[in-house]
Amino acid sequence: METLDPRIKRLSLKPSTEVEKTNSHLITYEVFHQEKRGKHVTHVGVVHASNPEMALLMAKEVFGRRGKTTNLWVVKTSDVYTFSSEDEDMFETTPEKTFRDPAYYKVRDRIEKFQNKSKV
Amino acid sequence: MYGSTNLSEEDAKRMNSTVEDPEKLEAFESRIARGEKIEPQDWMPVEYRKQLIRMIEQHAHSEIVGALPEGTWITRAPNFRRKLALIAKVQDEIGHGQLLYSAAETLGKTREEMLNDLLNGKSKYSNVFNYPAKTWADIAVIGFLVDGAAIVNQVINSKGSYGPYCRALERICYEESFHLKQGHDNVVYLATGTKHQRAILQDAINRWYVPLLHFFGPPDKMSAHSEKLMKWKVKLASNDDMRNQFLDQYVPKIWELDITFPDPNLKKNNDGIWEFSDPDWNEFKRVINGGGPCNAERIAVRKFAEEAGRWVRQALMNPTEKYVVPLA
Repeated sequence: METLDPRIKRLSLKPSTEVEKTNSHLITYEVFHQEKRGKHVTHVGVVHASNPEMALLMAKEVFGRRGKTTNLWVVKTSDVYTFSSEDEDMFETTPEKTFRDPAYYKVRDRIEKFQNKSKV
Repeated sequence: MYGSTNLSEEDAKRMNSTVEDPEKLEAFESRIARGEKIEPQDWMPVEYRKQLIRMIEQHAHSEIVGALPEGTWITRAPNFRRKLALIAKVQDEIGHGQLLYSAAETLGKTREEMLNDLLNGKSKYSNVFNYPAKTWADIAVIGFLVDGAAIVNQVINSKGSYGPYCRALERICYEESFHLKQGHDNVVYLATGTKHQRAILQDAINRWYVPLLHFFGPPDKMSAHSEKLMKWKVKLASNDDMRNQFLDQYVPKIWELDITFPDPNLKKNNDGIWEFSDPDWNEFKRVINGGGPCNAERIAVRKFAEEAGRWVRQALMNPTEKYVVPLA
């Protein structure tokens, strides 16, 4: 084969070789990354691997190449349980529950009113 | 056209005739109109899924095949610093392929199916990788201008509607900015070097000019449009707009080095639009259909890797494990 690459020349490849189809798959793992000690471990993506050790190795190559990393976790995709996206509406009213927020509780007005009253 | 958003005639026709559940379609479209992302478990139109798979898969193949012309120069890098940068860049490209295959998988096409389709020619990758890297200056030009063009495309696509693709692109763009900087460094080094260094740089620019114009796909007046792909935020900018943005960002950075492009008509007009001689679009089609200088070599190398590595993958395979579509 005509090529500029000396290594490829040495392989003496033929352009027409038929490739046997691969239909088997490795296992998919969800990858979680912790940037710094004390930070949350967050989902960053997926790798394919034959076992957890290989998955960690792949995760290190794909998600830990640059920047800071303290640790990586891998979890088999099939072991992750999630809600159905159609059930998203169950969280719809959560933002309305302002009585769960500290900002809901305002007493300054009442204190001032009380103090003004007792001055009279 | 990293992941090309151009529709074939057939696809364009089908896109307008596929009937979807109107209620679900409306909810889907209004979610996108509100600027929300679509996630893998959500309902989506058949054509949305199909076009995204095609586009993300093509993008993934481009990353993998794109590493080949550069990889061949690792052993011949001119010094240790450049060799380190090139190894890092090539590894990044393969990593980007991994991220993109996973994003496409969430839509229901398995990684093995995608790899098979690359080898049997059913899936395409960017035309630009079917040209040879003849000298070290080609590596400089690829790092600066091909990656520059890719970044224009990817930054725009990262504002799209499909969550997993956007997340992958954000990470990719961040890493590609290193490719761009080291490419620029390399180009500037050659341009400010000896007469011979300037000459090989000029020669490389001359050869990459047309493939770079081709990169963004056929002119808008020639390509099949789909309002739907725009509405669904699969396509976010027209080919001509992206090409213009690329020229605007990069032509001045080459000109300031007193290096030229082989096109006397290349200039910015008063409206801020770049004008250039129409590149040969028949060549573009010829290369897409396998007629480029390196198509056969690229696929032959991929096939070799596939065959030579098969026994390892088979030895690692656990037959009781079932493939599961990745979550996000």
